[in-house]
Amino acid sequence: MLADAWRYIETHPTQFVTALGVHVALSACALAIAALIAIPLGIVAARRAGFALAAINAANIGRTLPSLAVLALVMPILGTGFAPSLVALTLLAVPPILTNTIAGIIGVERDVVDAAHGMGMTARDVLHRIEIPIATPIVFAGLRTSAVQVVSGAVLAAFIGGGGLGDFITAGIAMMAVPLLLVGAIPVTLLSLGADYLFGTLERRLTPQGLRAE
Amino acid sequence: MITLTALSKRFANGAAPAVDALSLDIGEGEICVLIGPSGCGKTTTMRMINRMVEPDSGTIVVGDRDVTRIDPVELRRSIGYVIQQVGLFPHMTIAENIATVPRLLGWDNAQIGKRVDELLERVHMDPARDRNRYPRELSGGQKQRVGVARALAADPPVMLMDEPFGALDPITRESLQDEFLRILHELRKTIVFVTHDIDEAIRMGTRIAIMRAGKLVQYDTPEVILARPADPFVESFVGADRALKRLSLLAVDGHANNEPPPADAPRIARSGNLRDALSSLLSVEASCGAVVDVNGAVTGTLTLDAIRGAFAVKAEARR
Amino acid sequence: MQWFLRNWDQVAIALWEHVAISLTALSIAFVLSLAIGIVAARRPRIYAATLGIAGFLYTIPTLAFLALLIPIVGLGRTNAIIAMVAFSLLILVRNITTGIRTVPAEIVDSARGMGMSAMQILAKVELPLASPVIVAGLRVAAVTVISVTVVAAYINAGGLGTLIFNGIASDHPPKIWAGALTACALAVGVDLSLAAIERRLRRSHAG
Repeated sequence: MLADAWRYIETHPTQFVTALGVHVALSACALAIAALIAIPLGIVAARRAGFALAAINAANIGRTLPSLAVLALVMPILGTGFAPSLVALTLLAVPPILTNTIAGIIGVERDVVDAAHGMGMTARDVLHRIEIPIATPIVFAGLRTSAVQVVSGAVLAAFIGGGGLGDFITAGIAMMAVPLLLVGAIPVTLLSLGADYLFGTLERRLTPQGLRAE
Repeated sequence: MITLTALSKRFANGAAPAVDALSLDIGEGEICVLIGPSGCGKTTTMRMINRMVEPDSGTIVVGDRDVTRIDPVELRRSIGYVIQQVGLFPHMTIAENIATVPRLLGWDNAQIGKRVDELLERVHMDPARDRNRYPRELSGGQKQRVGVARALAADPPVMLMDEPFGALDPITRESLQDEFLRILHELRKTIVFVTHDIDEAIRMGTRIAIMRAGKLVQYDTPEVILARPADPFVESFVGADRALKRLSLLAVDGHANNEPPPADAPRIARSGNLRDALSSLLSVEASCGAVVDVNGAVTGTLTLDAIRGAFAVKAEARR
Repeated sequence: MQWFLRNWDQVAIALWEHVAISLTALSIAFVLSLAIGIVAARRPRIYAATLGIAGFLYTIPTLAFLALLIPIVGLGRTNAIIAMVAFSLLILVRNITTGIRTVPAEIVDSARGMGMSAMQILAKVELPLASPVIVAGLRVAAVTVISVTVVAAYINAGGLGTLIFNGIASDHPPKIWAGALTACALAVGVDLSLAAIERRLRRSHAG
């Protein structure tokens, strides 16, 4: 079966590479846009207790929504294809990043922030030199969670015409052709593990030395 | 050096003002201790000096500048700030922590490096070993030493300290108090020191400001506050043992005579205070002790009568 | 909306199927995780190994996992349930083990001192005290399972996903809405209910 799957890739290189490319593009773009939305939003929300609570509650509800349901809901409104899939995946990617950003900033000890202000740092200094560096590991943990979720969700984008490796899986299931199904399932699993590993490493690398648990 | 005039602050959820028309004058080089029960407004007062809390009314003059007219950020860079939990930046090394304000002020790296090492030595830490360590590797006492070094980094003329030794165990606390007094002796800083511990206030303060419900109740030297508390509140606040506390302010040296002590007299350090001496004498039921210097040589005798006399003389001199 | 009202029986059946599969999967996952978690609480190496494997399984994309099981177990409910159990292991084992481990040592000690057997301590002291954390894990697992079940409709497992797939295939938006919104409502409802239970448990332990 594996041999058959490999042969399929060899005989359909463009198809495979395109699907892979679309999958990576969908995932990367969704993650990037979600980060661009969620991180600044999280930083602003962290300053106001009421706002932070509302944001966290909304994010929690967002996280419980089944991925396929969100993708499906987007379809009647935005149609099928890459863009609607991107919108849905971005929505799915935002909650973990948002929650983690808020938790990360709020988690900076109050005495540290007080000392920073008291010594004459501007609010901007405090944010850039103190709060963000200390919150970075937690934010990256959120990015990691989101990345894995997005790669998994992008598989489902096949159902609304988004392309990606999910196409092989759905085709394989529909035609009961196991090799075809593997052409999708195995690479996407590797992609997911790779993303997890990548962000895990980034998380470790970006943790300031003083904060590393020994 | 620091003059507070009719300073007031009321918080949004407070029925009564946190600070009520407080006026206080702190001379250069003095340690002014703000003390009082919880909620008396001492910390709020201190935090208004560097505008971490904005006053509702009144003026604060530091040096010759009205603090409310200056940019708060610039103001804070010229005032040292030490808090109870220290607030060391966990993601920076000790050296980077200490270098914070100099860096904000634009000092060059060579200057900063020298200053960091100098300060680490001043607080009795080892620059070579400690400059690249991280806060989590330090004990509570060491953290606060770094906290003090950090506050002294840009050599500010004024320092604000909010219960800086409060989170430490009694032994560490006492040794840090001593060290800090020694450091201050060498530098000439004006300090505003908040505490709730009357013994610490007596030890550290040039003058003590006793506060209650936002108002200043008595502001004077430790001796006067102990000898003549302004009202029953102050009297009970300083404690029923205020006479003994007063003795702790008097040195053995000035009250011993030159006569040779009896053979079985207990040894009393010449550099010590009368309260500790009294305690030594009472514990062995002696009526006098042998005063010895650092080398152990006997320099004279201290009698119970002399102790009682010292007390009375002081009291007399005041009248 | 009108479609929904006219065909609510279809939705109800799909919902019922969905709940049935989810509940089955969750129960199996819970029992399995409880067994593993209790053992792992005492054996750090088993814990580390379990987390490693469960973590790996969790990272496999949902549809890919279901697809990879097809050569082994074919289509249908069994396939889906195996996948759901695999995905739930990480959070459940982690929370159960952590919950047991963070029961204060003095409490376990005094229980032992009173003459309780290890089994009794587990049943009457450790698990009850760990219950808020365990329920927190169940919350995440339940939501995960509900989400996987939606996808599993594609491999003939039934559930609300069938409405979604039928709706997409026949380009019939009301069906899509019905399936998707009901699934969302189910997930949110279960999450909020378990959250309330978790809160209750935490509060009753705090005193």
